[in-house]
Amino acid sequence: MQLDFQHIQAAHCENGVTTNLLRHMGIHQITEPLAFGIGAGIFYIHIPFLKISGGPAISFRTMPGQIFTRTCSALGVKIERKTFSSKEKAQLFLDDCLAKGQPAGCQVGVYHLTYFPKEFRFHFNAHNLVVYGKENDTYLVSDPVMETVTTISAYDLERVRFAKGALAPNGQIYFPKTSEPVSEERIKKGIIKGIKHASWFMTETPVPILGVAGIRFTAGRIKTWRESLGVRRGGLYLAQLVRMGEEIGTGGAGFRFVYAAFLQQAHPFVKKDELLEMSKQFTAIGDLWRASSVQASGIYKGRITEQQDFNVMGDMLLNIAEKEKAAFKALYKIKW
Amino acid sequence: MKQSEIPQDPSPLDKFTKEVCYAVDEKGDYTTALSRGWQVKADALGITWEEAQARTANAREKVKNGEASPILFFMELNMMDLPIVAAYTGFWQWTIKRHLKPNVFKNLSDKKLQKYAEVFDVTIIELKNFSPQIAQINKD
Repeated sequence: MQLDFQHIQAAHCENGVTTNLLRHMGIHQITEPLAFGIGAGIFYIHIPFLKISGGPAISFRTMPGQIFTRTCSALGVKIERKTFSSKEKAQLFLDDCLAKGQPAGCQVGVYHLTYFPKEFRFHFNAHNLVVYGKENDTYLVSDPVMETVTTISAYDLERVRFAKGALAPNGQIYFPKTSEPVSEERIKKGIIKGIKHASWFMTETPVPILGVAGIRFTAGRIKTWRESLGVRRGGLYLAQLVRMGEEIGTGGAGFRFVYAAFLQQAHPFVKKDELLEMSKQFTAIGDLWRASSVQASGIYKGRITEQQDFNVMGDMLLNIAEKEKAAFKALYKIKW
Repeated sequence: MKQSEIPQDPSPLDKFTKEVCYAVDEKGDYTTALSRGWQVKADALGITWEEAQARTANAREKVKNGEASPILFFMELNMMDLPIVAAYTGFWQWTIKRHLKPNVFKNLSDKKLQKYAEVFDVTIIELKNFSPQIAQINKD
């Protein structure tokens, strides 16, 4: 059985799942950047003391599931979201959804995801995909980061849905339930809400590891890495930072380009010229992130290994933090 | 990033897919384009893998020299750390730490070994009769 489902490739998995599921319901105005912006997906956190695969715990995106939830609630779409303790029930529920003609979003772990090449299979549990059909014992899968649709066996799907460790998916399944026609006005309100939420979070939260302050925190840490960890481990930490921001599924530059695209696409709905200006600023900020990644790669490739080079890396992030602070403040202060 | 500046470097992505990038076209409008990959992040992935392999090799030596039980080797081979193994097996982290000692490992029941075997995708026999050859095969 195969549902009529249109696969559109996306830069980020959860944006892609959200966009594809909402479009499937007939909300055709939605695009990946709009889903990302309305869902206030842009983020920064550096959790000290916690290590992920032996490196710093840094994230450029909100908690998994948030983008979908926020976007749907802003558009007035009711959602269904379920986790399971029983693997059998999880599969029955999925089969049931498909029988009813409902493609379902699933949170999965990447490690056992058979269609990923070995190089990309880490213990990362916040990947998202859509299951849109089943033939015999094989599920038809639309994975938004891939160019085309793919398949996975029932056994492997169960494995990835019940991957363990940090952010374990517990068979999580989600989809939009009911939709009314979504008006332009509603989208406009969603956009404003999303921008307010993100800009508030990035600049106003009084926690020194969140938002812009988190970037500054990372910058300070980087300058100490050479001394405390040595060149090699320091380089590995930087490599982890780069992978969090640039690896497939991020859209590059820690989602900053997707956000810039969002601000541009928001303009026809909201008609505030500031948004176009801010879009340009975020493009510039994204370019700074990429420049910092190039500097980091110099360090982890062993081309430049002096304390001076770690300092330059830290200062680049400080500069980015300043620019982002100014940009998000400006967004926060827009009179709607 | 301008559309013309989207990197098209060979990368491990080639075996898999091309990825969507957001970039600005000549008129200043955002558009999407596909990228093969970027050397900078291919390198980041590369050294992460080198590190994982070095850790596996190190663990293999330790097991061979009787300093650790084969569980350590299979942990590193699967890029798992204590919290992950604990989540999959249901053992406490300190229990697993004990099982990493060869003397304790020797006396583990088959029931407990079975849990590790399932997580590491091996048989109990492979787990118990650790030999560098098997370890080598597993690595490839």
